[in-house]
Amino acid sequence: MYIAASRTSDLAAGTDRKPALKRVSANVVALGVVSLVTDVSSEMVTAVLPLYLVLGLGLNPLQFGLLDGLYAGATAVVRVLGGHLADRWRRLKAVAGFGYGLSAVCKLGLIAAGSSVAAIGVVLAADRTGKGVRTAPRDALISLSSTPDTLGRSFGVHRALDTVGAFLGPLVAMAVLALSLGSYPSVFFTSFCVAAIAVLLLALFVRDHPGSVDRAAVSARAAFGLLKRSDFRRVTIWAALLGLVTVGDSFVYLVLQRRWEIAATFFPLLPLGTAGVYLVLAVPLGRLADRVGRWPVFLGGHVALCLALVLLCGPQAGIWLAVVALGLHGVFYAATDGVLMAAAGPLIPRDLRATGMAVVQTGQAVARMLSSVLFGLAWTLWDLRPAVLVAAVCLAAVALAAALAKPVRP
Amino acid sequence: MKKLVLALLGTALLIAAAVAYTVSSRHDPADAEPAAPLTLSPGQLLFRDTATGRVGAVPLAEPGKKPQLSGLKCDRFAVAEQTAVCLAVQPGTLPAVTDVLVLDDHLAVRHTETLPGTPSRARVSPDGKRVYWTLFVTGDSYAETGFSTRAGLYEVDTGRLVKTIEELPVFAGDKRYFAADVNYWGITFAPDGNRFYATLGSKGKTYLVEADYRRYRGKTLRENVECPSLSPDATRIAFKKKVGEGVWRLSVLDLKTMKETALADQRSVDDQALWQDDHTVLYGLDNAVWAVPADGSGAPRKLVDGAASPAVTG
Repeated sequence: MYIAASRTSDLAAGTDRKPALKRVSANVVALGVVSLVTDVSSEMVTAVLPLYLVLGLGLNPLQFGLLDGLYAGATAVVRVLGGHLADRWRRLKAVAGFGYGLSAVCKLGLIAAGSSVAAIGVVLAADRTGKGVRTAPRDALISLSSTPDTLGRSFGVHRALDTVGAFLGPLVAMAVLALSLGSYPSVFFTSFCVAAIAVLLLALFVRDHPGSVDRAAVSARAAFGLLKRSDFRRVTIWAALLGLVTVGDSFVYLVLQRRWEIAATFFPLLPLGTAGVYLVLAVPLGRLADRVGRWPVFLGGHVALCLALVLLCGPQAGIWLAVVALGLHGVFYAATDGVLMAAAGPLIPRDLRATGMAVVQTGQAVARMLSSVLFGLAWTLWDLRPAVLVAAVCLAAVALAAALAKPVRP
Repeated sequence: MKKLVLALLGTALLIAAAVAYTVSSRHDPADAEPAAPLTLSPGQLLFRDTATGRVGAVPLAEPGKKPQLSGLKCDRFAVAEQTAVCLAVQPGTLPAVTDVLVLDDHLAVRHTETLPGTPSRARVSPDGKRVYWTLFVTGDSYAETGFSTRAGLYEVDTGRLVKTIEELPVFAGDKRYFAADVNYWGITFAPDGNRFYATLGSKGKTYLVEADYRRYRGKTLRENVECPSLSPDATRIAFKKKVGEGVWRLSVLDLKTMKETALADQRSVDDQALWQDDHTVLYGLDNAVWAVPADGSGAPRKLVDGAASPAVTG
């Protein structure tokens, strides 16, 4: 019995004041908790991996960066495949579970790989595959477990829980390092145990949406046919276009560090600032999106990023400007990440929900990858601040065009 | 109800397993060996024992002998004259924080600097009066896997600390070189204690920089040189030359003729080479310390297994 099922009667009774967590389906909360626990596990590893590779294995980090970038592109393909199979088999939970499970096992793989660079590369690729496979079915489950008018809130709750996990991960890693006197395998093993807990919670508490199977409706042709639906196609294209003019996180933090000469010790606190704002605003902005429309909020997020970029390059360099810029960066995430999924969900038939979400996410991800290449090039050619300024102008232009185009009916 | 019990039971079991694994890894059997009192007396090859992280030593003439292990744990180690430097990352710090330990000839700590970053390179100037290092400074999980390097130095006799040489004014020809993304790594000092060389990385290229420490300015000499190491007679520089993405080849550059000679090791070497004397170069590779002739002849020779970061006392 989903809590959301009783929502209509709540509305009828005029009791529209329950806390957000109670106003979303238990399935969404369960998925959120699974993401939280999984993020603790994965952020533990991300936090220690550079140290482990450089100190433990004597790898050159620049060499590792190369290895890492190689696999980033592979997930895009895997994501669509995962979404499609989940729809095809009508087994959203099973496919998502496979993705979570694969990433969990990879933590043990890191220990088994030892000092072999090739083996570590394979394990990291498998880990990313697991992440790619699970994302679309999971978002489809969130979407199918919500009523159309609470989608924004549901995604807000999920992303907020997810972010809590990202906060906790590095703290748990530090505790394990302190307790084990600096043993990296201990961090990997603990990360595996935490990921296994998440898989257990998924198996026990998340419900699938079997529905009626119409195999013909989920053929590869039907999946391509999605892009023939004009409203879905327009959202996908506009999301990708906006992704193309979005400046990546690491560049934003780099400008902040350069202009405000933030000590290296405090550098890692910058992403935490973004995540903190994201955490606080994910639910309120999700609710706002439900009320005033998801596309306006999504575009509003891009306006926030644009303002942040302008502040970063502006003539003033007061510390409060840096704080405001970081806050706006958090607003950008809160107003775009889950909200896009909430906007796209209703445009996709239930049978193709995971496939459709994978298509939107992949379009956006590929565009952002391309954007970071282009931005890196612009940075080399013109230096950092002019590059950011040009990016801000492009972002403003595309956002304005997207606002005029109104791809989603209100 | 049954589900809740299962979830709690499973979670408790997995947490117990994690704690058991973590606590059991506190005991390192290799640490049981008692610490030997090492000194910087001449004729030794010192290195980092990769199994334990402790500094070990063998006679340079008999590198196959069983090494003596000191109680000192370092990630990078270097010596010259009566001074040694040890870079040791503090366990349990995220992002990493490194202790730069300046040691005397009995490996007793004379001075400690604590800096952000992960140890990469360490050296002592030939006169033993300066120690210098390179640290990798990382962002964290939310940012991409981006790294930058920070090279700094400490004057042993005056106590002056230069946290980074990033401010060093560098000239390319007559023009001052400006770029926002300047990175330095791998410093090497001449015997006079004033002239030094370093790698300058910027906009995807690397340059060999020759600098004057007292006047504090430098000039670029050549492209595509990384981790320079000046020979004892100060005429040649051993360095790693990038021959492909993530592939480096050890080479020697003659500073008079600017002629490059590739050394006999065909494998990719990612280390700052060390001159044992004017004819032989040492480096760490594949969990071992190797030696190769500096004139490009001969073949690489394995000196010590399970070792990295070689240092020789003269």
